[in-house]
Amino acid sequence: MNDKPHLDVEALAELQDVMEDEFDVLIQTYLADSRSRIDGLREALATADPEHFAKTAHSFKGSCINIGAPRLGGLCFEAEQLGKDATLEQAPAVLERIEAEFSEVARRLQNFGQEA
Amino acid sequence: MKVLLAEDSASDRLILARLVSRLGHAVIEAEDGTEAVDLFRETQPDLVLLDALMPRMDGMEAARQIKALAGERLVPLIFLTSLSGAGDLARCLEAGGDDFLVKPYNRVILEAKINAFNRMRGLHQALSDQRDHIRRQNQQMLDEQRTARRVFDNIAHTGCLDAPNIRHHASPLSVFNGDVLFAAQRPGGGTLVFLGDFTGHGLPAAIGAMPVAEIFYGMAAKGFGAPDVLREINRKLRRILPVGMFCCGLMVEADFKHNSLRVWNGGLPDGWLLRAGGDRVAVPSRHLPLGVQEPDQFSASMTVLDAAPGDWLVMMTDGLPEAPNSGGESLGEEGVLSVLAGLEAGQEPFEALLARMQQHTGKPELADDLTLCCLQMVRAEAPEAMPDKIPESALTGPADWRCVYELREQTLADFNPLPLLLHICMEVPGLRSRSGEVYTLLSELYNNALEHGVLALSSEWKTSPGGFSRYYQERTRRLGNTDGHFIRFSLEHQPREGGGTLTVVCEDSGDGFDFTEYSDTVMQQQAASTGRYAGRGLEILRRMTRNLKVHGRGNRVEIVYDWWFPDAAIISGA
Repeated sequence: MNDKPHLDVEALAELQDVMEDEFDVLIQTYLADSRSRIDGLREALATADPEHFAKTAHSFKGSCINIGAPRLGGLCFEAEQLGKDATLEQAPAVLERIEAEFSEVARRLQNFGQEA
Repeated sequence: MKVLLAEDSASDRLILARLVSRLGHAVIEAEDGTEAVDLFRETQPDLVLLDALMPRMDGMEAARQIKALAGERLVPLIFLTSLSGAGDLARCLEAGGDDFLVKPYNRVILEAKINAFNRMRGLHQALSDQRDHIRRQNQQMLDEQRTARRVFDNIAHTGCLDAPNIRHHASPLSVFNGDVLFAAQRPGGGTLVFLGDFTGHGLPAAIGAMPVAEIFYGMAAKGFGAPDVLREINRKLRRILPVGMFCCGLMVEADFKHNSLRVWNGGLPDGWLLRAGGDRVAVPSRHLPLGVQEPDQFSASMTVLDAAPGDWLVMMTDGLPEAPNSGGESLGEEGVLSVLAGLEAGQEPFEALLARMQQHTGKPELADDLTLCCLQMVRAEAPEAMPDKIPESALTGPADWRCVYELREQTLADFNPLPLLLHICMEVPGLRSRSGEVYTLLSELYNNALEHGVLALSSEWKTSPGGFSRYYQERTRRLGNTDGHFIRFSLEHQPREGGGTLTVVCEDSGDGFDFTEYSDTVMQQQAASTGRYAGRGLEILRRMTRNLKVHGRGNRVEIVYDWWFPDAAIISGA
């Protein structure tokens, strides 16, 4: 988990090629979605709803995989497992790491966009 | 292609939509399962990409509904998933998915899958089109057969199956089942019935039946007897049917004047003669079916059975003994016999057999292949004018002519001249509606000449019960030697005002008979008569003609027969 890169640069380059002039829109959409997913995870913890937690984490994981954010995707997978096992005691810690990793990914994605 | 894409993650949806449209396809986007189903119904896409886990209706349920909406159309459904467990992936396919695409979406794999499914769709469409084409052609063939059936019915149903002494059941199916049933009144009285079962079904069976119908009805109307008709049917079928096709048949010639039946069974189940007194006589198949043997090997020899008024002849095709019940068992010929053996007094075999069949199959409507005919012996009636469809016309046909026809030696045994002589007379338009009377006149003269003249048989034999079959046997035996004999017919026709006159002279080479003695014998028999025909031959001639003379030794009989046009008859008071 720790040895996964923050961004899969090759995958991103490929996405850029595919999306062409819509690449920026994609990035912005991803970032907006991710923020609302993180909110969703917090809410699920607050209401102690492991199923909602798991589902949100699963969705988030999917879009991270597609966008090329492997480390963040892995953290989402962990969160998903906790939700499925209904053991939410360790969940807040994972959520914090998710938020941290997301900030890093967001920063790098903005730069990537600017470089291109 | 139109591709429906259902994915709840906005960024993933963007990526996939772009990938698909870059491949040249039109994309329709949905955010959840419910919207996916609605859009599927509205837009009828060619391919569906469906996220497995979505809010509102999830992917599995959406997949089931979409597949149900697609019906017979093949609409490939590919699940989108980041599920990785084998069990989860398998569940996708069980839900109706045809394949899955894992994240991250790979454009190469996506393109390959979409192309593969496109090819499959094309194949499926081609197969569906072919199936529809075949269905249409099949329907067309059935329609053609129905039309052909109506033509066939017009040929085959000019007969007398509706006579009061015939009960019959034949398939109501509009498409042929290979069975035929013909019945015709013979011009001199008596009935000819033919029951046939052609190999196969549908058009191949029917094609053979049409010439047989023409032969049967054509020859019967001209006065031909069962053996001649059988020989002609066999010859025709042998010629026209391919190897392996034939017609099993049963032919009956009922002679109500002599209380006898002549039967021929080639390949059908046993027929049964049920005598009013209670005996049952089987009529088993003794010949090969029609259309199998070359004419020179074919035997039309008939079995002669004595049968009195009230006796029934039962005949059927194999559909009856072979019809299965719900357990697949058939009645068999033993089953049929047990119905006939168990008949109560006065109970008709036809009703009993049909009732048993309904009981056996458990269905009120009877099977398609069932053909059953029962003929009851009745008392002979005086010859009636045959219904003639052609209106009488004085203007066509020979009216003033004479001809002599002499049969000699072996030909006397081999050839029956009556149809030919009748044909000559029928050339006269005014005689056509009187074919029954004319045939009766000719056949009385001929039979007297042949049987009492040439063969010197005594007519007393005919009158005893059971005597006719013995008489017939002896007749067949004596026909083995006709050397030195002849029969000569002289026919002459002259027109008169209002009609015409037919004069027939019949001479034979026999010793003749004592006409006076004959006349006395006849008077005695008439006094003791119980309505039997035998022995009254010359009396019938006397009644039907203006004049009857017996010349020489009694072996030369001359009759004069007058006829009038219908309106002339009224005027002349005839």
